[in-house]
Amino acid sequence: MTRPLLIENARVVDPASGTDKRGAVLVENGRIADLALGGPVGVPEGAEVIDAGGLVLAPGLVDMRVFTGEPGWEYRETLASAGEAAAAGGVTSFVMMPDTLPVVDDGAVVDFLIRRAKATAKVNVLPAGGITKGLAGKELTEFGLMEEAGAVCLSDGRHSIQSTAMLRTAMSYAANFDMTIVHHLADAGLVGDGVMNEGLFATVLGLKGIPREAETIPLARDLQLAALTGVRYHAAQVSTAGSIDILKAAKSRNARVTAGLSINNLCLNENDIGRYRTYFKLATPLRSEDDRQAVIEGLRSGVIDTIHSDHDPQDSEGKRQPFAEATDGAIGLETLLAAALRLVHSEEVPLLTILKALTSRPADILGLDSGRIARGAPADLILVDLDYPWQVSETELKSRSRNTSFENARLAGKVMRTIVAGETVFLHNE
Amino acid sequence: MPQLSSSAGQSGDFPPFRQRHLISIADLKPHEIIDLLDRSERMVPVSRQERKSLPTLSGKTQINLFFEPSTRTQSSFEIAGKRLGALVVNMSVKTSSVSKGETLVDTAATLNAMRPDVLVVRHSAAGAVELLSQKVGCAVVNAGDGAHEHPTQALLDALTIRRHKDRLSGLTVAICGDIANSRVARSNLLLLGALNVRTRVIAPRNLLPAGIENLATEVFTDMEAGLKDVDVVMMLRLQHERANGKMIPSVREYYRFYGLDAAKLAHAKPDVIVMHPGPMNRGVEIDPAIADGSRSVITDQVEMGVAVRMAVLDALLSGDDA
Repeated sequence: MTRPLLIENARVVDPASGTDKRGAVLVENGRIADLALGGPVGVPEGAEVIDAGGLVLAPGLVDMRVFTGEPGWEYRETLASAGEAAAAGGVTSFVMMPDTLPVVDDGAVVDFLIRRAKATAKVNVLPAGGITKGLAGKELTEFGLMEEAGAVCLSDGRHSIQSTAMLRTAMSYAANFDMTIVHHLADAGLVGDGVMNEGLFATVLGLKGIPREAETIPLARDLQLAALTGVRYHAAQVSTAGSIDILKAAKSRNARVTAGLSINNLCLNENDIGRYRTYFKLATPLRSEDDRQAVIEGLRSGVIDTIHSDHDPQDSEGKRQPFAEATDGAIGLETLLAAALRLVHSEEVPLLTILKALTSRPADILGLDSGRIARGAPADLILVDLDYPWQVSETELKSRSRNTSFENARLAGKVMRTIVAGETVFLHNE
Repeated sequence: MPQLSSSAGQSGDFPPFRQRHLISIADLKPHEIIDLLDRSERMVPVSRQERKSLPTLSGKTQINLFFEPSTRTQSSFEIAGKRLGALVVNMSVKTSSVSKGETLVDTAATLNAMRPDVLVVRHSAAGAVELLSQKVGCAVVNAGDGAHEHPTQALLDALTIRRHKDRLSGLTVAICGDIANSRVARSNLLLLGALNVRTRVIAPRNLLPAGIENLATEVFTDMEAGLKDVDVVMMLRLQHERANGKMIPSVREYYRFYGLDAAKLAHAKPDVIVMHPGPMNRGVEIDPAIADGSRSVITDQVEMGVAVRMAVLDALLSGDDA
């Protein structure tokens, strides 16, 4: 039994309840025992007291899309190093994508990951189970056994299932277990050899483009199948204005469909590629500024449910290539919150909206009781200085890989303390 | 701003060329393009005299690094370097698809240690030459990178046009064929656009890249309409593998609608010139009678290629001594 912990003099921001008020939170046995808003607080005997000094106290972030290198590519990232990066970024739980070696398509691997993460990672690691064996899009995995082992959702990670019939079967079977299908949207034929958004900029660079329809066509298909099967369906990440329109229509008829947005598509556009900068080569490509504005509007209006880091560690060898031959992906756990706060500072999106998409919405979709500041919820909390200025330096990041899409970016807002189950796992040093 | 010299003389008459590399026409200001054309003009007589030598680069080392084979371009750069007195080394790098990039950066480091003065590089990936230029300490000339750019081709095309038409500004140039996959088209559109030449692209929609209307003055899918009253026609090579039903149904259909023959060429101005960057596919994109006919300036292009490459090498390397 650990000492109770009282965090007082905080600005308590809880998107789930819409709270934004001065207050205090009492933590006991890894859970939120009590919260006091506005009024005075009694300090239980023997409690450790943290004076938040007016900083924002928010639920820890729940990141729905993180790739690790472990198992298989530990030199890129281990569960431990991903956990360090997550803690530094205020991410207290993340969904781990199944694209590892071996892939996560079996209950035994899920079980291994949960044990391994408990032993080595500072934050909650939530494995996603593969939808198809080997993530190859051909045969179903054992959804029920993986769920029993602890898989929080089903996903083929960066793979997109091409066969409409296979996807229908998977959705229908997932509905059986009430599991959420999280699906990456990419029509393989339309993506072809494309390496960035299709348009003038790709033409000028002499690079092959990926049309927006490579996303919108599978999205429209998936949403129809979701309605047909009744599955809980989450579009892993959308990037185009067309996707927002399609989702808006579908969501008005089907409450069981949701959609995610990568921090990269929220904050960056295709122009950031500049002259072949491979850290900006992403499997859901950076789109035009018009598309970015559309996804921001989607976030404001609730068409977009969640924001995630799409943390994808890649070694420098894979990135130090001609653009078309370089690997996809960028790390993002440590910059997720600060980058998202750009939209708050620019007054494009309210703080509660941003935080909701980073905490309670993903928790709801995954069926977690975290992501909120409420009595009985896990004490996964962050203290944030919303205005703290800092510059991203790849050498100071805790991830084992350096491929940040925010290299040298000036950001405002930093996590000062991260608490997981009542224990401080990260403390910012001045 | 230094005055551009118009009198004949040695390359030393020109003000120093301010670019370290030649990667992209997009990096050049209009006056720099004109400067390179003027320098090239001065190199033409060197190749026509009996002793074809202007040893401004003696003691310099030029490495031609071709990741993608090209006998024509490589020979042109080799002859250009040798006529300027440079030591020229040709390296053809065989690439397997898995290790291309690795070979690129590794090769760059290895070659850099041999202290060359200039690397002339061709690679199948857009941006590869730019990447390599960041890893070496010498001048780099792009001899073609994927579908991105081929700057010396655009310069030699412009020089050829200027010598035949005595001007560039105010002309209308049509570029026909596989625009989507052509670095020659991109470099030419950028160069001609910078010098106020009206540009048209003519191709079936499948071979037009997104946003092309921002790069060319006009876009046509009908060849006869596109060729109306043009001063210059540039034909592009159609890769055979694109005419196998994947992009274009067949060579014969392509030739019927987009091959340059006398009937289509009749829509252009009477004094039109016909160009092709080579190697040509006679009977695919061009009628042999046109390729070898009186309007064709294709062999002039090859000659101007040597002059332009001499001028580029000289401009990039003579700046070292200044």
